[in-house]
Amino acid sequence: MSKQHNQRRKKFSIGRIFVYLFLTLASLVSLFPFYWMFVMATRPSAAYNSIPPTLTPGNMMVENFKKVLNQIDFFGGMWNSFILCAVVTIVVLFISSLAGFAFAKFKFPGKNALFVAILVTMIIPPQLGLIPQYFLISNAGLLDTLPGVMILFFLNPLGIFLMRQYIAEGVPDELIEAAKLDGCSNFKIYWRIVLPIILPAFATLGIIVFTAVWGEFLWQFTILRDPEMYTIQVALAQLSNTNNIDFGMILSGVFWATVPLLVIFLLFNRLFISSITEGSVK
Amino acid sequence: MNSISKKATIFKRKKYRSEEKKDMISGYLYIAPFFIIFTLIGLYPALFSIFLAFQKWNGLSPMTFNGLANFQTVLTDPLFWKSVYNTIIMGILGTAPQLVVGLVLAYLLNMAFLKFKSFFRVTIFMPYLTSMVAVALIFSVLFSNHESSLANFVLTNFFGLDPIAWKASEWGTKIAISIMVFWRWVGYNTIIYLAGIQSIPNDLYEAATVDGANKFQQLFYITIPMLKPFIILTVFTSTVGAMQLFSEPTVFLGRDAFTRDEAMTIVMYLYRDAFRLQSFGTASATAIILLVIITVFAVFNLKLTQGFGRKKRGGADE
Repeated sequence: MSKQHNQRRKKFSIGRIFVYLFLTLASLVSLFPFYWMFVMATRPSAAYNSIPPTLTPGNMMVENFKKVLNQIDFFGGMWNSFILCAVVTIVVLFISSLAGFAFAKFKFPGKNALFVAILVTMIIPPQLGLIPQYFLISNAGLLDTLPGVMILFFLNPLGIFLMRQYIAEGVPDELIEAAKLDGCSNFKIYWRIVLPIILPAFATLGIIVFTAVWGEFLWQFTILRDPEMYTIQVALAQLSNTNNIDFGMILSGVFWATVPLLVIFLLFNRLFISSITEGSVK
Repeated sequence: MNSISKKATIFKRKKYRSEEKKDMISGYLYIAPFFIIFTLIGLYPALFSIFLAFQKWNGLSPMTFNGLANFQTVLTDPLFWKSVYNTIIMGILGTAPQLVVGLVLAYLLNMAFLKFKSFFRVTIFMPYLTSMVAVALIFSVLFSNHESSLANFVLTNFFGLDPIAWKASEWGTKIAISIMVFWRWVGYNTIIYLAGIQSIPNDLYEAATVDGANKFQQLFYITIPMLKPFIILTVFTSTVGAMQLFSEPTVFLGRDAFTRDEAMTIVMYLYRDAFRLQSFGTASATAIILLVIITVFAVFNLKLTQGFGRKKRGGADE
């Protein structure tokens, strides 16, 4: 009886109320810019000047988005970003898993040194080679093309590191030995045995790569100068470069560019969150 | 019979050896794609940058050897030092609170009694998914120079302060940019700390409870010391990230980005030298200096976090 009483008292302790208050506040701070972006995207730019500030949605959703379409090639940008991210993700998954397989399961001279070399490349800041990289792409005639943007993103040391980890832990040596006795070639072992086992790890790495490339700005901004070839990030950045800054239009563009990713995230949030922790903690 | 089995073992050994050779070739073959691309677009440009740092070059006319003049130009340019100062200030303002708040949030999210855990986790993580360009644009409207911008409304009505020109004042720009960096990354660090906290074995806490340690003691003597590897990781990544700040100030300031100096970062200085002023030699020298700065800060912060953890553990021993 007294224990129950004790528990009940604990449930309403000040400490617990404080925890809920703090977390609720944190959630509100996280969510408010999203909500407010939606409000502004549905209001005329003038709503911005009203005091007190407008906090309820208006009816300009379509008009504001039409203005965005007049200003930038929104759908072209989304499409370019999608193609960019899809190709980069597939290529990185392939390169990383193949190399990860080699580092996890094969013996060859210099293996450890080469693996350490890959880890070292992770520390090099991407800006170090920016200028020669720009001229390399330029000389290859790949300025203003998606392949010119892609090739830099194919380099993903983290991917190799993760894949080696997964394959070393997840693919038993006996399975590979048995396949060898059956006369499987190494590539067939990779394709038929290793790949199916590490598919969950592909989801993890795929999410990391896709979201990172989707949001990257400096390199895309450097390589893509032709509005026709803009990815969505570069296109969005142009919205605040106009003479008559229209806040409703800017936030309409940002809102519609953000919504697809948010929907995907809310559907697969567990996968997203675990991919981030695994990607950085492994 | 004997000779047959001998033959069999020789055959086996031969097969084994050829198998080994095959594996070796496969090994090299499978890591080749990465190393080929790396040599082409990673290693070669990095080395070429070092070469370029000693040349005078505008991208069109032939390069001429310039000795250390590029470094001298950069290191005596007040704007470069302003950019270093800006980067460090925004780095501290943007990341230090982020790591502390992230730690607190992770600790609270792990409380056993907590309901709506996944709701809190998802909402706190959500800002990380908005791209840096999107964040900068949202905040460029929130923190516009207008007196009626939301940030100024809050400032004047709730705090009784004067409105701030967020995009044209020394501290206004820095604070606005630090807040957006904080907003985007705090959830990311929370999630990493949470994973770390969840990996701490429960019996440690049970033993501490038996010994009469309260929640705060548990936080300082168990959770934080056990989280050390995760803290080191986040301190390292956010230090390196902070030194490379580019997108947020560039997009936040829009067309003023490369003409104003309140928020010019080292990478923006580099970009401006290279792609606005066509001075590729000095830009490359800046890239090398940036590498040195990043290394120094990363090592310094690593030492700092390691020392901090050690002290804490010493405290627990007493």
